[in-house]
Amino acid sequence: MPSRKDESLKRTPLHALHLARGGRIVPFAGYEMPVQYATGVLKEHLHTRAGAGLFDVSHMGQIALRAKSGRAEDAARALERLVPQDVTALAPGRQRYAQFTNAAGGILDDLMIANFGDHLFLVVNASCKAEDEAHLRAHVSDDCIIEPLPDRALLALQGPKAEAVLAKFCPDVAAMRFMDARARRVDGIECLVSRSGYTGEDGFEISVPAEHAEVLASALLDHDDVLPIGLGARDSLRLEAGLCLYGHDIDTTTTPVEAALSWSIQKSRREGARARGFFGAEVILSQLERGAARKRVGLKPEGRAPVREGAPLFAGEVSGEPIGRVTSGGFGPSLNAPVAMGYLPTALAHEGGIVFAELRGQRLPLRVTAMPFVPNSYKR
Amino acid sequence: MTTLYTSDHEWLRIEGDVATIGITDYAQSQLGDVVFVELPKVGRTLKKAEAAAVVESVKAASDVYAPVSGEVLEVNDAVAAEPSLVNSDAGDKAWFFKLKLADKAELGGLMDEAAYKAHTE
Repeated sequence: MPSRKDESLKRTPLHALHLARGGRIVPFAGYEMPVQYATGVLKEHLHTRAGAGLFDVSHMGQIALRAKSGRAEDAARALERLVPQDVTALAPGRQRYAQFTNAAGGILDDLMIANFGDHLFLVVNASCKAEDEAHLRAHVSDDCIIEPLPDRALLALQGPKAEAVLAKFCPDVAAMRFMDARARRVDGIECLVSRSGYTGEDGFEISVPAEHAEVLASALLDHDDVLPIGLGARDSLRLEAGLCLYGHDIDTTTTPVEAALSWSIQKSRREGARARGFFGAEVILSQLERGAARKRVGLKPEGRAPVREGAPLFAGEVSGEPIGRVTSGGFGPSLNAPVAMGYLPTALAHEGGIVFAELRGQRLPLRVTAMPFVPNSYKR
Repeated sequence: MTTLYTSDHEWLRIEGDVATIGITDYAQSQLGDVVFVELPKVGRTLKKAEAAAVVESVKAASDVYAPVSGEVLEVNDAVAAEPSLVNSDAGDKAWFFKLKLADKAELGGLMDEAAYKAHTE
């Protein structure tokens, strides 16, 4: 339905391009963002898995972290106070997935950390970026210069043809592997390029100065294999890939262990000289050792009806108290079937098990399923 | 045969005391790609404004409300089997259900085509 224009909403540097491409604009995390283009969510989703999709993710927060000492490892060590990940061992030119945790082990935000040699480069969620910046200032400003980068746009080029397209503008990218991060000229513009994304596909995220964003995005979109993709398909793509959406699948009430993100916590933060020393370490390490009471799992509805966020989950088809809740759910275009994720008691979180979601007064069976639902195609 | 419309973007084709009900082309264009349709059971008695059917796009679920009261005579299994029919032919092939009208006076509150057109502009 037509929405009234909200003056308080911000726009990304690609706003005019979204409108020119038939983008349907919705408010999202304080920004006017395209939820879809004229192509439509379903085709945008399928195109990203078959060709290449260009996403404007400029609403996300980009932050540079520099050590006051001039020694990059001092910034890494400082940041390790806020995340359960090993940042010190993150080699120059590499990127890593991380979470800001709180004292209870809950997740304040999830983020990407890239090591560009002379500084660390963080990409955080749009809805959390002000709090994240305040959190960094409160805890690492003795050791680090915290530089938010609001004058940079962020583009994601995702899909099996992303490499071939981007290589036309920057041949070096073909040699990058999944989670590599490089400062490179793309079409002559100084960019920060990482081989990563939020779709389960191979692809790149490109941080570009705002004043050059439209030129670069237009150049990429001029390629026959590239279509602009909105937030609607971004959500269905990440759901099929089993990736968490902050504020839905993870938040301050879920720990990384409960969220099935233990893989992202390196051994060096669990034991040895650099173990612990981050917010919530007691809770998180204890859960790593003894297990958590609940766990995020993939859920595949057995029928055709999508089961969406908020649906209560039950162990049986009749009576009983809810045992969990769906945190993300919808239709997976690549599977041509509904998909969901949610939290279950660990005892019931085994693959192949059946639980029930309550939907419109009925209990519908869902099968606990390994994620990703659609195999990822990262170039490792 | 008369076609009437609701402010919730449903159409009703009236033949005698039977109304065939679907959602409008405007509604499907706003919903986007329809991936699931749930229809009422044949024989169910619906009260005006009661949730009667569900139509879902990739992004969201929307209720379809009974625009008038009546008994469900027939449902369109073709649209449940092939939800994308709603996008390709909302105004005809993608009808949802047929109601035996309980009170023809309820039709008085609905819009004709010209009024509906003005409503969507």
